[in-house]
Amino acid sequence: MSDASNKPEPIEVRFRGGGFAPKSHRWIGLAVFVFLITIMEIGTRSGWISALTLPMPSDVLATFGELWESGLLFKHLVPSLSRLAVGAAIGASVGIVAGVLIGLFSYARAGIVPLVAAIFPIPKIALLPLFVIWFGIDETSKYALIAFGTFTPTVVATYGAVDNVDRSLIRMGQSFGLSWFSIVRKIVLPGAMPGILSGLRISLAIAIILLVAAEMLGAEYGIGAYILEAGSLYDLERLFAGVVILSLLGVILSTVIGFIERRLLGWRE
Amino acid sequence: MDIRLDAISHAYGDTEVLRDISLDIPTGKIVCLVGPSGCGKSTLLRLIGGLERASKGRVLQLGSPPEGCLNPLTYVFQDFALLPWRSVHGNISLVLEDHGIKGARADAIISDVLARTKLSDFSTALPRQLSGGMKQRVAIARALAVKPAVMLMDEPLSALDSQTRELLMDDLVALWTRQQFTAAYVTHNLAEAVRLGHRIVVLSRRPGGIREVVEIDKPLAERSHGDADLERTQKYLWDLMRDEARAADEELLDV
Repeated sequence: MSDASNKPEPIEVRFRGGGFAPKSHRWIGLAVFVFLITIMEIGTRSGWISALTLPMPSDVLATFGELWESGLLFKHLVPSLSRLAVGAAIGASVGIVAGVLIGLFSYARAGIVPLVAAIFPIPKIALLPLFVIWFGIDETSKYALIAFGTFTPTVVATYGAVDNVDRSLIRMGQSFGLSWFSIVRKIVLPGAMPGILSGLRISLAIAIILLVAAEMLGAEYGIGAYILEAGSLYDLERLFAGVVILSLLGVILSTVIGFIERRLLGWRE
Repeated sequence: MDIRLDAISHAYGDTEVLRDISLDIPTGKIVCLVGPSGCGKSTLLRLIGGLERASKGRVLQLGSPPEGCLNPLTYVFQDFALLPWRSVHGNISLVLEDHGIKGARADAIISDVLARTKLSDFSTALPRQLSGGMKQRVAIARALAVKPAVMLMDEPLSALDSQTRELLMDDLVALWTRQQFTAAYVTHNLAEAVRLGHRIVVLSRRPGGIREVVEIDKPLAERSHGDADLERTQKYLWDLMRDEARAADEELLDV
């Protein structure tokens, strides 16, 4: 150290920070889809992928066009969407109410949490025959299945979100003499909103899954019925057209929630 | 309105945190509570404002709060406690809404308190856009909006850097000089205590009891950073606290 003439060469400090901050590049997702579909198209056209494995994407598109022109698309889509809307609305709103009650009251927590834990792992599809007995073969049993399926994840997300509301904000509300109702409405609910909305994303995806399941078991019209019919005829073009509708539905719902998040949660960074 | 603490003792389970504290907070004075960490000074403040119930003893209000007072005992918190989803204006109107003060009446109060805390230009800003010092000024503005009889300040400057703290101390002195408010001011920073306190209560380490009460007669407006007599008082306070602070620091936390 003391020998100044014998100093080692200076070494530049190696950079070891950075990373762990993924950014979303808007066009890469689209490019992945385009790439996969192009591979499918080329593969099926050249015979390298057999027609029994995958349909030709252009044929699927043509099927889609036929569906649109014959008006069958809406004949299937409208009942599906209304089942989804009614079922998910019932399930999510009951779930949010129950979750908030669990988050606020000891007795509700003690009573409902074990119940939800018991219901959560049941595959809801297994309950469809039971619901058919209870509610009949018509729409009500489908609403009930979808509502039941969205209820449990919504409850869990909601009470977790209420539990995570900053207690110091609630103390602040109390210290300024805010009423209990005001604290819930102005502090607890807005504070829990991020968690409730991200729970809703999961619940709605589950709702779509259950919608198809319910329609496969007993419906004349609906996306699920359409897919089931196409599947039993080994009509891959129509089957894929149905599947594409489902995944578009998922993407649209997730976009809508993203839009609501930006509107309601603009206060976050 | 004065506050009187009558033989307050408090325990969390088996852990005794406060023992037999009797204290007066007279109208128009700032009483600073200082003590080593974990001596229960923040607990004492929560007891004064009714956010916690003392195991023994009573907190008494002597006299009635002044006319127009919406919330006699009003806190200013260390972490500001602003709602991140409400603007500066919205955060202050929050505490008025429950008293039925809305619209033009609320706007008049809000613009008055924002002017007093030099925040008039920021009424539409969200908390995340503000610096720490500004956030605490919003919290002080919110406290002023309810015309408190006693302000309960829980380490209000401890989350701020030292320059901001210095500026905010000047602001607090200016606010007090303009309109003398009553305050219980908890801090672990002795420089703050000697700048802002008319009376400084030194608490001993857990279980906290009153070790000594030091009065400073020099008017707030005449005090400034680095005054020789304030330095002396500060050193005296530190000598009182040093051994206790060290012992408190070496204690195992088993609360």
